[in-house]
Amino acid sequence: MAKRKINWYKYASPVNFYPIAGRMIPWFAIPAAILFVIGLYVGFIKAPPDFQQGEVYRIIFIHVPAAWMGMFLYIIMAIYAGIGWAFNARLSSMMASSISITGAMFTFLSLVTGSLWGKPTWGTWWVWDARMTSTLILMFLYIGFISLQAAIDDPRRADRAGAVLALVGVINIPIIYFSVQWWNTLHQGATIRILNKPTMAPPMLAAMLIMLAACWLYSIAIVLYRLRCIIVERERSALQVAAAAA
Amino acid sequence: MKLSEFFSMGGYAFYVWGSYLVAFIAIGGEVVLLWRRRHAQKQAGFVFPESNTDEKTS
Repeated sequence: MAKRKINWYKYASPVNFYPIAGRMIPWFAIPAAILFVIGLYVGFIKAPPDFQQGEVYRIIFIHVPAAWMGMFLYIIMAIYAGIGWAFNARLSSMMASSISITGAMFTFLSLVTGSLWGKPTWGTWWVWDARMTSTLILMFLYIGFISLQAAIDDPRRADRAGAVLALVGVINIPIIYFSVQWWNTLHQGATIRILNKPTMAPPMLAAMLIMLAACWLYSIAIVLYRLRCIIVERERSALQVAAAAA
Repeated sequence: MKLSEFFSMGGYAFYVWGSYLVAFIAIGGEVVLLWRRRHAQKQAGFVFPESNTDEKTS
């Protein structure tokens, strides 16, 4: 079979990736919307009340996916920021900037829904336990990344500064993840572990995983959409040059 | 299950629906703000070509 040579570097160029990102968006956005509906249906209609917590546990279907996305997106953001810094790849740095907003949104959501869950079950909106404090630090890392980039006028310098912050902050992710094991926290331990059998009823687990999948697909769609906005904003001069030449 | 029973969420309506309302506002808000950003770009005429034209020419 003849090997067709694909010039991958071509797609590392923001202007060339721009139309591809545009075509990719519906393939993630539409399944995301469908899965949100299915996930809420299974979570609210199919899943039984919890034997200890009754109905209030249903916050889990948004709380856990939001908290996971906050952590996943941070790691992915740091990787993109790091690649953008190490290989001087503009598109990669733009990707990191795009992810930061969605990651901050999900982290905020996990804190708020956690608070709304904590009040009726623990009797308090907030305690300074290890998991909650480290998640709050994650929120501050996102805010720091976003404000640092906004404060620096030169985009490439902003990218590099952001990359340093993002990479240093990665240390916080294992702290969040293992906090419930390392310290005696009010926050409950992990319900889902990769190697253990889940301790949840199947419809509950299904609803949570469907919501997680929906959040993933949503994140990809919205990040690509924002990436296109960032490309337009940052590569405008390149476009104007091309238009003037044509 | 009665509808009123469903909405009362065993007395936890504020917390459960509050959580989903916040989620709806956060996700919906992100989408709307981004739409407006894009719309403003289009209004200003900042639109990139939707195809890689250089593929055919090269």
